[in-house]
This record gives sequence, C-alpha cells and structure tokens, in this order.
Amino acid sequence: MFDENLLKDKAKESRQLILELAHDTKGAAHFGGSLSSVEMITYLYSCFLRYDTKDPANDERDRFILSKGHCVMSYYVALYQSGFFDREKLWEFEQDGGPLLSHPVRNLSLGIESSNGSLGQGLSFAVGQQLAARQKGLGYRNVVLMGDGECNEGSVWESAMAAGHYGISKLVAVIDCNGLQSDGFTKDVLNIKEMFSHWTALGFKVYQVNGHDFNEIHKAFSEMDFDDGHPKLVISDTVKGKGISFMENNNVWHHEPITEELYEKARSELQ
Amino acid sequence: MTSIEIRTLSRLGQRGAVFTTALPAIAENRPNIKLLTADLALLSGMSRFKAAHPEKLINIGIAEQNMIGIAAGLAMEGDCVFATTYASFIAVRSLEQVRQHLSHLKCNIKLIGSSAGVQAAKSGVSHWATEDIAFTRALPNLTVLSAADALEAVKLTEYAASTTDPVYIRLSGGLNCPVVYKEDFDFVPNKLKKLREGSDAVIIATGSMVVEALCAADILSGKGIEAAVYDMHTIKPLDKEGLSEIFGRYPLVVTAEEHQISGGMGSAVAEYKAGFRNAPPQIFIGFNDTFADAGSPAYVRRCCGLTAENIAERTSDGLHCI
Repeated sequence: MFDENLLKDKAKESRQLILELAHDTKGAAHFGGSLSSVEMITYLYSCFLRYDTKDPANDERDRFILSKGHCVMSYYVALYQSGFFDREKLWEFEQDGGPLLSHPVRNLSLGIESSNGSLGQGLSFAVGQQLAARQKGLGYRNVVLMGDGECNEGSVWESAMAAGHYGISKLVAVIDCNGLQSDGFTKDVLNIKEMFSHWTALGFKVYQVNGHDFNEIHKAFSEMDFDDGHPKLVISDTVKGKGISFMENNNVWHHEPITEELYEKARSELQ
Repeated sequence: MTSIEIRTLSRLGQRGAVFTTALPAIAENRPNIKLLTADLALLSGMSRFKAAHPEKLINIGIAEQNMIGIAAGLAMEGDCVFATTYASFIAVRSLEQVRQHLSHLKCNIKLIGSSAGVQAAKSGVSHWATEDIAFTRALPNLTVLSAADALEAVKLTEYAASTTDPVYIRLSGGLNCPVVYKEDFDFVPNKLKKLREGSDAVIIATGSMVVEALCAADILSGKGIEAAVYDMHTIKPLDKEGLSEIFGRYPLVVTAEEHQISGGMGSAVAEYKAGFRNAPPQIFIGFNDTFADAGSPAYVRRCCGLTAENIAERTSDGLHCI
C-alpha cells in the first residue's frame, strides 16, 4: 500500500531515531550513509518486501541484504518499524554482547538476513540465494543495498557479471549514490564515471531515481518485471547526511561522534 | 625521543604514530617511497604526509586487492611501497595478492594492517583480524611484525623502510594506547625484547597483550611469583636463539596474543619448542577457536580471557601443575 504521507512520517521518525541511537552510543556513528538511505529502506520495508514478522525465517520471504553494512541505523529502525522487534531493542545498538552491532550480523529472528561490513559481498550472496530459489522453485526476491563507494570493490563487478549471465530477474541491486565515501567525493577518490552504462552493459535493467522522493522510488519498483530475464539496478541519487543541515554533503559525518550542542541543533531540525 | 614525545605518540595510537609521524619523516629524501591507501587516508591521519609529499600518496579507493596488485607493480619498478588498510582486509581479503606479490615475488612492499585483533570489536567479525598472524606467518619470505605500543610501531615502520624485504606490520591499539616503552630505545630486529626479569615463569607476549603481560607479572609478583616478560615484536623470522635460551631457563612458558591460538604467535613458539628434549610446558592465551560476541574491545578481550588477571591466574595455576 503506497501512502506517501505515511512513508514521510516513517522517514521522519527514522531520522529522529537514528540521531538518538547515535547520540546514545557516546561514540562515533555512521550518520551520513544511514541518513541518505532512509527513504529507500523505509519504502522497501513498507511497500515492497514481503515478509512475516511472526515467521521471519519463512522460505518464501523476500531477502533484503544491507551490503553497505555500516549504514545499519536506518536498517535497524526499519526492522523496528516493521515489527521485527520492539522499540526498546533498538537501544541494544552497539551494546556489549548485544545482537545489533555497528555492522549487521545474520539473525533471522530479528529479520537480519546477512552479515556484512566488509564491502562488496552482498550482491554475490544475493545471486547465490536467487540461484537457490530457482532450483527450489521458490519465488522470493532479493534486494541488495550498496553504496557508490562500495562499487570500488572488484567483487561487486564479479557478482554483477554473474547476475547478468544467469539472467536473474528477481534481483534488485540498489546503489545509494550519495557521492561521498570515507576520504571524500567518489568522483575524486575513484571516479566510476558512467554508473548507468556499466550496469546496462552487464545485462541489468537500470532505473535512476531521486532517492529521497517516494513517488520516484515507487514508480521504479512498480515498473519492474520480475520474470523478464534481467537483474535490476536502481541508481538512487541521494544526499549524504540528508535531513540534518550541517551533515548534508559533509563527509566529516561519514563516521563521527556528535557533541551535545550539535545534537540539540540536529534534534530541533528534525522536529 | 623525549618522554613528552612518547606520550604524544601514545595519544595518536599506533596507526596515528605511524602515519602522522614515522612515514612523513621516512619519505623525506627518499624519492622511491610511496604510500597507498584504500579510502582510509583521513581515518589513518595522512594529512601531514599528503601535505609534505603529495606526489607520494596514492588513494586506490575501496579496493584492497587492487591496492596490493598496484603496490607490486610500483615495487617492481623500483619503489618502496607502504600500503595500508584494516588488517583483516590485508591478511584475509587480499591474502592471495599478499602471497603472490610479497611472499613469492618478494616485492618491496610494507603492508600496515590497522585495527588488528579486536580493536574494531564493535564493528563485528568482518572488521576483526584474529587470524592474520597465522595467515601471514605461513608465507615464505614475509617478515611479520607486531607493535606493543605507539613508539614501537614507529620503530617497526622505520625498520621496515630500511630493508628491501616484504613486511607485514600488525597494529593494534586505538587512540591513547598504553605506553610500554616509557623511554626511547634502540630497536634490534628479529630479537625478543626482555622487559622484566623473573625466574619462576616466562610470559612471551605480542602487540596489545604486552602491556597485559606486564600487569600480569605485577599481579604474580604480589603472590610471590616472579615472571619474566618478553615482547615478541618480530613473529617471523622467529628468534630461535632467544627462544632456545628461554626454553632452557624457565619451567613454564606462557604466550599471550590478541589472535586465535591456532596458528598464532604461541603456535610459532610451540612449533620450535617441539624439537627440544625436556622443554617446558606452555600455556596459550588467545582466542580459543571461537568468534566471541561483539561489544567494546575491552568486553571482547574480557570474555575471552585476554586480560592481565587471567594471564596471572593461568600462569599461577600452571605452576601448580608442574
């Protein structure tokens, strides 16, 4: 059920919770990439992915892989909002011995499909899950969220070739193109240049959307044909640090602790 | 180096000490030095290096295997190449490139692995390097070094730059890492460094466990047990002469490392010890064939017994069993 106002409310709550979680860790947190991916993850869990929180390991569930594993805060919030666990659980984020680490660790009972953190490994995993689905005659879909910086990794392209080669229709790779990585602008660190044509050349059907616009995201996912013999790629153009003025497009906030003063400022902006 | 400078280094941590202090100086008057990073220039503190030697810093992007391949090409054309990323992305992710270019072809490459052990504990296993000693010391021709504190990290880096051998330097310890060496010292490569006298037992430690071993010796001393402590900064090549002497002198050997027991520094000691008649028994402190639950580095170390208290207790218990 696509309801833009409801989605906007969820995204707003997500950003508020991300700020609270990061603040309460008392240490550095990955603000930038979590904030840029809020709308996409919110949309996927609210409108696209099929799952049953009462039966989280159901064989027919769609599989979501957070390949850019450092952006967990928006992911954990989406899992909470979707009912995989209650709000209090969120505050186990980065706690000693807890299940919600600063990169995801597979825990199906909480809805966490795969362990990621070392970049460039999620798409291969999803190709494997799709080949298994094909053999078993199951119809689940895979969505993999990656970063544009992550596409520096050679393994991304190995898995992209495999997805194209095997014509995996029920696979959607989403690249959160926020234009920044740890050392600065992706165009300055390692310029991939033609993101769109690289993927079409490998057999992907490519969509490009404003990753903060729910209507554009919905239109792209609604147009997809999951039996057309092509894997899908969504280039999601976003702003790193979206929603908090001093974090937007400022790579200091890739991974940084927040002071009390800036926390209050961010909080008031997100009201 | 003055004691104030040593304290400054410890605040920077091992990684900061290497990239902020050691490498900018090493690159001075050395046109063939290159420094490669995989999108971690800011995190590693390379701003000073970049300002002083912009032409010597190459950012490869988030592509560690590619970085080591490029390092090999540069090295074959005459450069002395330092390349760095998280220890796990060198010794785990890029192990084949390390084997081909450093071990087999002996390229003049110095790999600096940061956040070794469980320094990145909160990030989960993907960012831990708890098998890197095992993987790298199995490779012929590769020197494997491990720093006990920030000053020693600088010394190891200077030593690596002085040879044309391929080297892997394992850095553990975050910001404000504990000081083991309170005064400047002359670094002697390939030799175990004795840090404390004692005759009842010997604790051989490496990296972050050296400071724990020294604290353990203090605890033991309070119980009337005097344990000697050695820093094994060079895990490969093994200091066989030093170890032979140790095996003949102490009734109990304890090894301590922030690493899996299997294949680690303690295993290297045990492999050599196996050839000695009447050699002392050994207690291994390290991760025991497990990935611990994640949390803070201190939490993970505590869960797995990588603490001064546990080293002291195991040593004391071990002496009772002899």
